[in-house]
Amino acid sequence: MAAAATPKMITANELRDGYVVFLGPNGSWVRSVEAGQLLAEGPELDQAKAYAQAQHDARVVVEPYVIDIVVKDGVPVPERLKERIRAKGPTVDYGKDEVARLGRAS
Amino acid sequence: MYRYDEFDQEFIGHRVAQFRDQVARRLSGEITEDQFKPLRLQNGVYLQLHAYMLRIAVPYGTLSPRQLRMLAHIARKYDKGYGHFTTRQNLQFHWPALKDIPDILADLASVEMHGIQTSGNCIRNVTADHFAGAAADEIIDPRPYAEILRQWSSLHPEFLFLPRKFKIAVTGAERDRAAVQVHDIGLHAKRNEKGEIGFAVFVGGGLGRTPMIAHKIRDFLPEEDLLSYMESILRVYNLYGRRDNKYKARIKILVHEAGAEAITRQVEEDFARIKDSALKLPEEEIHRIRAYFALPDLPAREAESRKLSAARVTDSALDAWVRQNSVEHKVPGHVAVTVSLKPIGGTPGDATHEQMDLLADLAERYSASEARVSHEQNIVFPHVAKDDLPELFAELQRSGLATANAGLITDIISCPGLDYCSLANARSIPVAQRISERFGAPERQRLIGDLKIKISGCINACGHHHVGHIGILGVEKKGEEFYQITLGGSGDEHTSIGEIIGRGFSSEEVVDAIETIVDKYLEVRERPEETFLATYRRLGQEPFKEALYGDA
Repeated sequence: MAAAATPKMITANELRDGYVVFLGPNGSWVRSVEAGQLLAEGPELDQAKAYAQAQHDARVVVEPYVIDIVVKDGVPVPERLKERIRAKGPTVDYGKDEVARLGRAS
Repeated sequence: MYRYDEFDQEFIGHRVAQFRDQVARRLSGEITEDQFKPLRLQNGVYLQLHAYMLRIAVPYGTLSPRQLRMLAHIARKYDKGYGHFTTRQNLQFHWPALKDIPDILADLASVEMHGIQTSGNCIRNVTADHFAGAAADEIIDPRPYAEILRQWSSLHPEFLFLPRKFKIAVTGAERDRAAVQVHDIGLHAKRNEKGEIGFAVFVGGGLGRTPMIAHKIRDFLPEEDLLSYMESILRVYNLYGRRDNKYKARIKILVHEAGAEAITRQVEEDFARIKDSALKLPEEEIHRIRAYFALPDLPAREAESRKLSAARVTDSALDAWVRQNSVEHKVPGHVAVTVSLKPIGGTPGDATHEQMDLLADLAERYSASEARVSHEQNIVFPHVAKDDLPELFAELQRSGLATANAGLITDIISCPGLDYCSLANARSIPVAQRISERFGAPERQRLIGDLKIKISGCINACGHHHVGHIGILGVEKKGEEFYQITLGGSGDEHTSIGEIIGRGFSSEEVVDAIETIVDKYLEVRERPEETFLATYRRLGQEPFKEALYGDA
């Protein structure tokens, strides 16, 4: 048998707010990648994709798509850097946090 | 400043109402995302990596205190408390909710602003020299012409679906601070020997995937023919620009493939036909528009301020800031000030709502109620009395806005990169921050002198890396961020495209590589006044290549 295939997850943006979301258990959309549902390629993923597309059509989310996941110490982490940044937010601070950091530094 | 007339205001109001309806229909399901997407983009609303992004046009980078306060208000009420000033003199909010955007646009309309034509294949916001109307070396104020072009290009029915986006920049000084030769059309306003106003017309410049320097197709286009000639260029482009491949659709490719002579001939033929038609600019209309941009009534002052000179003697930080961040004004006793949005280790171009409010107050108090956004992602106060500089500096210092680095190695242009942008392949901001920290010591920066570093997180080159003295392009290689370095680029009156120095560097290596280049420059420059760019132009790649990669 071949090695286990890369687990997948479905991600999208909320329509109203634009925030990044992941398909969670029981058809919910969750904001944390850790709470997202791991999906195996095959019928499970196909079913989830169909559901996500229906959620797009029902105006809950926008443009869902599948990402590759690596499970590290039991925690799901998107494989690509772009998706890791998308999941966790910018890698740099901004707004008042940045001003506070720079204030401490000077 | 230009003020909307009743037609402008009415139109913007209608547009907000229209978009409010479109958002409501999208949220209620009457229209699909596919139907909605072009509508939102026409109002500057993108869906980015993390959230929606709203890009707001700042025509030729000019902002009033009222407008700055409104941007601060929007940042505070609808976004995460900050905004990002871009290399196109615009402002982006990175986190607005779609449901709030109609209200945001209504707020913007109340101060004569909008996001129209900040996306899509149309004529984008017209940019100009950020010292326009102030700089001592200026021959002609470019803003009235930028405004005339704004009015002509706003919803021009023939040019809303061009093969690709289209960017126009205008300058009116010999020293080009608007990078006109890397725009689709660049205009250099000047006077002929008779004292008449006209324009050198550059066509087909651009950065992105295929960087090209524009061709000058007219040395002196009479002022009255400005719009007819622009119309003819756009018409030729609209007819013959490629639509089969978006990477080959900009006018630079058309000019390159057809040849500048052929394009010039076609433009001139069309122009000969329309030059005496409705687009001929009436003298009185030029005067009317120009009146909006009259020099403010700056009280007469002595050329040198005794108050400032005395303060500079005792305050070395003030002295360094004045030396680095101010330029001579056309009115004696005044300067134009660059307020750096590049604090050491910060995000280039970001400003918090508190900073925007403060900038509005300071513009009102010290700069005849005017502020500018520069394409270098700083704020400019164009009309400041030298006497007021100590007080202005103290105010800016209290809010972290007094970094004395305009034009120095830490005044880095950076696109948002992979931290925000869905097109990016690599991060830009963290690289900018690390370079800024590495070279942040004031003495070290001053020793290095004028050096422009520009960073883009993808080949679209929003960070203008091709025209950086040192350019950095982020790419993705086997899933990792990788950075390619170019040297010798410049976006001024002696425009050049940077040359790739060799193999790229990992994220860990890239700052060391920049330091190696800078150290080599310090070693080989003939004298301290020889800038990095001049040294590179004299010596070429070799010394830098050797320093980076050895003899191998």
